[in-house]
Amino acid sequence: MRLERRLEQPRWLLVAVPVGSIAFAFVVMAFVLLLTGHSPLGTYRRLFDSAFFADGALTSTLVFATPIVFTGLAAAAAFRMQLYNIGGEGQFYLGAVAAVGIALYLGDQGVSSTPVHIVAMVVAGAAAGAAWAAIPAVLRAFARTNEIITSLMLNYVAGLLLTYLIIDSRSYWRDLESFEGQTFPLGKQIPEDAKWPSASLDVAGGVLVPLGFGLAIVAAVVLWFTYSRTRFGFELQVIGDSQRTARFAGMRLRRKIVAVMCISGAAAGVGGASLEGDFAYQIDPTGLQSSFYGYTGIVVAALARYNPIAVVPVGVFIGGLQNAGFTLQGADFPSGLVGVMQGLILFCALGGEVLVRYRVRFGRSVTPHHSDAATAEATS
Amino acid sequence: MTYELLASSVNDSFLVVIVAAAVLYGTPLLYAALGELLAERSGVLNLGVEGMMLVGAVMGFWAVQRLEVSSGLSLALALGVAALAGGAMALIHAFLVVTLRANQIVSGLALTIFAGAAGLSAYLGNELNLSGAPAEHAFSALDVLGLADLPVVGPIVFGQSVLVYLSWAVALGIGVYLARTRPGLNVRAVGESPAAADAMGIDVTAYRYGHTVVGGALAGIGGACFSLQLTPQWVVGLTGGAGWIAVALVIFAFWRADLCVLGAYLFGAFSALPLTLQARGWLTEVPSEVFQSLPYVMTIVVLVAVSSGAAKRRLGAPAALGVPYVREER
Repeated sequence: MRLERRLEQPRWLLVAVPVGSIAFAFVVMAFVLLLTGHSPLGTYRRLFDSAFFADGALTSTLVFATPIVFTGLAAAAAFRMQLYNIGGEGQFYLGAVAAVGIALYLGDQGVSSTPVHIVAMVVAGAAAGAAWAAIPAVLRAFARTNEIITSLMLNYVAGLLLTYLIIDSRSYWRDLESFEGQTFPLGKQIPEDAKWPSASLDVAGGVLVPLGFGLAIVAAVVLWFTYSRTRFGFELQVIGDSQRTARFAGMRLRRKIVAVMCISGAAAGVGGASLEGDFAYQIDPTGLQSSFYGYTGIVVAALARYNPIAVVPVGVFIGGLQNAGFTLQGADFPSGLVGVMQGLILFCALGGEVLVRYRVRFGRSVTPHHSDAATAEATS
Repeated sequence: MTYELLASSVNDSFLVVIVAAAVLYGTPLLYAALGELLAERSGVLNLGVEGMMLVGAVMGFWAVQRLEVSSGLSLALALGVAALAGGAMALIHAFLVVTLRANQIVSGLALTIFAGAAGLSAYLGNELNLSGAPAEHAFSALDVLGLADLPVVGPIVFGQSVLVYLSWAVALGIGVYLARTRPGLNVRAVGESPAAADAMGIDVTAYRYGHTVVGGALAGIGGACFSLQLTPQWVVGLTGGAGWIAVALVIFAFWRADLCVLGAYLFGAFSALPLTLQARGWLTEVPSEVFQSLPYVMTIVVLVAVSSGAAKRRLGAPAALGVPYVREER
């Protein structure tokens, strides 16, 4: 068996490979389930039932999917340019903190207009996420420091900040007045006017679409447009393909690195804001840190092959798995199963990538086109 | 009598306590960093260290809880199981990046997501009913040759556990292996220029597989340091980012085993500081989160210093790190 580089990547493979990867991951997982004494079919039936088919399942799947689509967009925006921002997790926390902060502040100032609240929360979330991402961005652009490690380390710092705000201090974010808040450390609830509305769709027995999900679709389209239809996006593509070419063409590399990381951080930050506005309504340090929204976003982005539009359906699918994992949590549904599934899907997608880039040939013969392929590769 | 008093008061001094604790807390980082060093020297970047450590931690703990043998044997078997588990995880990464030529960064991230705090390690801990109970057997501090009461060197050198002494042997072994043996030279060749190594008749694929898997085994043992000595029980995500610090350590250490030891103990000190301060009741007015974030913040600070200063030309980084080797495309 030998691998040969493809001259052209057929379009159907770009869809077939992710779908095949998901299917293959489910087959592998079935063996894991069998080995640990669970029935694969039964587990999968309940998984899909509570993710997509049960009453109200789609509504809660969309609630789970919204933050994941945002963190998926965050990862897609950066990874496309070979900037591995894995700080989506921390940028998400910071976005949530800023959004709740501004909502509480506006509430204290007596602002009762919901649109004002929504705009303020989105802007604050984006700004905080971008600011947190700017740290690894500037270090990468100006000190050539590996952004993978710095952005990841900041996730832990952001997590400690959450703990500090709610558990270890008497901060503005902490509920110090209510009875529950005095007995147990809790985050302060944002005012009623700051809670985001949702739209009711009349499909599949009524689905509530949270406002955040609509914003996520808008963000995906804007990101797609920016990356594929603007001069900025064109320059990013050149930089992503070859930094040398970009430098010789006079593109400003450092600025682009900072810009892309901040766009990525802003997307994750808005994700944090949407989580708070759509359903969390308060900072919950343990809940936020045990949901792994940021890391899940990386799975989503990789599965969507870093295409912002594809992030939306993939995010809904992975959000469905998360939703099922959460709903079914309990004695007879193995915990950690959904995380294992996501890892498997990602492995299969990566392995499947080889089918997109290479043609698998059996036998020993070398095709006459081979040398042409090598030259085309060298000049492209 | 006065000598003993003096020795014990010296050994209770903050400096001695923190250095001894730095060695203890630096040991898991050292194992993991040495493992990552081996993989990276062969040209394979493995960002799955955190995941491999967690799977090593949970499986090592499982061995200690479930194998009905004497304490010493059970701990030895546990280290073996942890190493096997870590190695098995690394094998997935090796298959993806060496055979299937996948992106090493994304594959390593995938390994951490697959095996990490929300994935396989949590699943196994749950399936094997491991949480809640303390370890049946754990590694504890020894008194080597009865010298643990000596001033200064006693607690730091002679009063450590088997895991610490084993890590010194591994560090020495890897240092000698890379610098003084034929296979060690071959690994470096594979990491610097796989095409040249291939032309010399070195099996690039075998070397990359071998060193990635052994590196994973060391990460597994590093994880077991948490569940069998530091914590010592199974808690989901108990490594708390140590795997990532280990990845950073390899960069600070310029891909050298001796500097890994130094770096690991430096970061061990940052990890030990919050607990030591808390035990003494010092600086209680500073929020504890400030000290807890120290290892993470210092990782960034040191990384910036290393990447912008003298090491600007990436001193020591294997030239082919992260690049798949395809014979037909060289």
